[in-house]
Amino acid sequence: MTDTTSDTPANPAADRARASELSAVGRFLKATELDTRMLGMVGALLIIWIGLHVISSLRLGVNPLDFDSRTFLTPRNLWNLSVQTSAVAIMASGMVLVIVMRNIDLSVGSAEGLIGMVMGFAQVHFLVRMVGLELGNPWIWVLALAIGLALGLLIGAFQGFVIAYLEVPAFIVTLGGLLVWRGAAWWVTSGQTVAPLDATFQLMGGGPAGSIGARWSWIVGVVACLAVVFALFNGRVQRKRFRFPLRPIWAETLLGAVTCAVIMGAVWLANSYPWPVGIVNRYAAANNITVPEGGLFIAHGIAIPVLMAVAVGLIMTFITKRTRFGRYVFAIGGNPEAANLAGINTRWITMKVFMIMGVLATIAAAISSARQNSSTNALGTLDELLVIAAAVIGGTSLAGGSGTVLGAMLGALLMQSLQSGMVLLGVDSPLQSIVVGAVLVIAVWLDTIYRKRV
Amino acid sequence: MAEKNAPTDAPLVDMRNISIAFGGIRAVDDASIDLFPGEVVGLLGHNGAGKSTLIKILSGAYKRDAGQIFVNGEEAPISNPRDAKKYGIETIYQTLALADNVDAAANLFLGRELRTAWGTLDDVAMEAEARKVMGRLNPRFQRFKEPVIKLSGGQRQSVAIARAILFNARILIMDEPTAALGPQETAQVGELVRQLKADGIGIFLISHDIHDVFELADRVCVMKNGQVVGTARTGDVTQDEVLGMIILGKCPPGAIPGPGALKIAA
Repeated sequence: MTDTTSDTPANPAADRARASELSAVGRFLKATELDTRMLGMVGALLIIWIGLHVISSLRLGVNPLDFDSRTFLTPRNLWNLSVQTSAVAIMASGMVLVIVMRNIDLSVGSAEGLIGMVMGFAQVHFLVRMVGLELGNPWIWVLALAIGLALGLLIGAFQGFVIAYLEVPAFIVTLGGLLVWRGAAWWVTSGQTVAPLDATFQLMGGGPAGSIGARWSWIVGVVACLAVVFALFNGRVQRKRFRFPLRPIWAETLLGAVTCAVIMGAVWLANSYPWPVGIVNRYAAANNITVPEGGLFIAHGIAIPVLMAVAVGLIMTFITKRTRFGRYVFAIGGNPEAANLAGINTRWITMKVFMIMGVLATIAAAISSARQNSSTNALGTLDELLVIAAAVIGGTSLAGGSGTVLGAMLGALLMQSLQSGMVLLGVDSPLQSIVVGAVLVIAVWLDTIYRKRV
Repeated sequence: MAEKNAPTDAPLVDMRNISIAFGGIRAVDDASIDLFPGEVVGLLGHNGAGKSTLIKILSGAYKRDAGQIFVNGEEAPISNPRDAKKYGIETIYQTLALADNVDAAANLFLGRELRTAWGTLDDVAMEAEARKVMGRLNPRFQRFKEPVIKLSGGQRQSVAIARAILFNARILIMDEPTAALGPQETAQVGELVRQLKADGIGIFLISHDIHDVFELADRVCVMKNGQVVGTARTGDVTQDEVLGMIILGKCPPGAIPGPGALKIAA
């Protein structure tokens, strides 16, 4: 079965000959094996950031290179951006799997609201008044979160069951869920807001207390860099074992260096954002520290919700790339009939994907409610659209079969950057919606062009 | 050729009185067919004669309404593709049934992935195996990193064939295996069929092309309107007689008539 249409040469010499025909950019991409779409996303993000920075500087009449504290590219703004992005980014990582399997989940925002209400009710009323735990008992946040996770899993399992086994289209099931869970959220406390939340639970929302401080941030950064180096090295060993083509050493070094620089840069940024003066003074008074002249500098460091989002991103990437389950999700998205004929239990996989989505909605609910230190029945309203938009901007195809967790999370960051930036610029909220909507459509249009050309 | 491979022991596959209906239409009606080790049985018939449906029952894609399947003389309760694979039944579907968005190795091992000691996918090992088997079928194939949608028709076909022979199949079902291929590639598939046959694998070959079938098959089985018209050794009937079976349902003297044979008024 020799094939004459193949455009790939059979021997390494021809391979090299071919490589020399490529342009410098082509050679660079081939050597580093980078995904051009992902590079495009990073580029778009940088353009948006720099654009917002320049515009916000010009509006204030300051030099953009001075990095005035009221402009976009400041530790404070970027730190806040990272915290604001976490909840949507976490749900977007699960939405990738849902959309890859040619389904959709319109209910995540409402599910988030219901789960947030239930967790709030659990920690403020149920566990304290009915079970009789003391306020501040360390078990409260654990139990509240466990109840939330169980509920998220149950909601996902139920919707997944109806979609996979009763064969009702996902669009309809989750559209129903959008209404049902929002209504149920109201019912938990007849619409009353639950506040304040458990002190430990609140740490999941970030803020000065909910961040890990400078020292631990550096430690996390160094460990992450070591992990990157190890992963690159391990990949090389594996390829050598089977005599597969290797990346040139310079490409490996460049990849490692750039990744580590980005990680350490992010840590440095988080460590450059100090606690507000009021909180520092209160902290100093409580710990008998004398505040030096000019104020005490205590860095936030990386926020806990951001760490949670990074952890979710890593786990979800691992699931999609390295496990059989992830492989099946993509195979089903590519050709459901082929997956079925290959003996894959497509229904059970569908149900599991929705269960994962439910769990991620719980984590997002914990972060969002902890951040506002209250559970309201409006929590997560319209989040489903942000989550779907993030996944789609991140390159997830609504036709199914393709998408990446990293792309979706970057998509979430991109959307949030636009939104925060417009708030910073004082753009009216109706205009914000118009811009976000237009960007979504343009991003998908550009992606369509990209797919046709590659 | 038929004499040389004359079957002696129990049939590899014996499908007895199989029936299946889709919404009142009897796609397969009381069909029986058997296959011996090292034998190629050509399954012929018009579009909609029921040959693909009958074979999909064997591969587990459809669940039969009635009838029994025996593998090596023992009853095999096949009700899904996984069951069929357990009995060493592999299928090359007419549609190829490839997941277009993943690469060749992922397709070859779909549903039977190799895993590392930690239970994660062992992509490197799978790719190494894929390189071996593809090297046998299509030595010039190098595009292991690309999703199969980017491959040419012939390459995709070789991926589908490689998947079927990768797991030491004992029974191979080939549903129009050469439909997407040029003459040279078709000849190579013929070569592969002879090679597998020599290894003692039983093959069901479904084809529109009666010449192909006569060249490769030891026996032919003709279906019409969901019923078996008759079965014959390729040496005992002519191509014209087989055409008569396909078109008219007329069973020639050299064939064993089935329930679908035209009843000649006595």
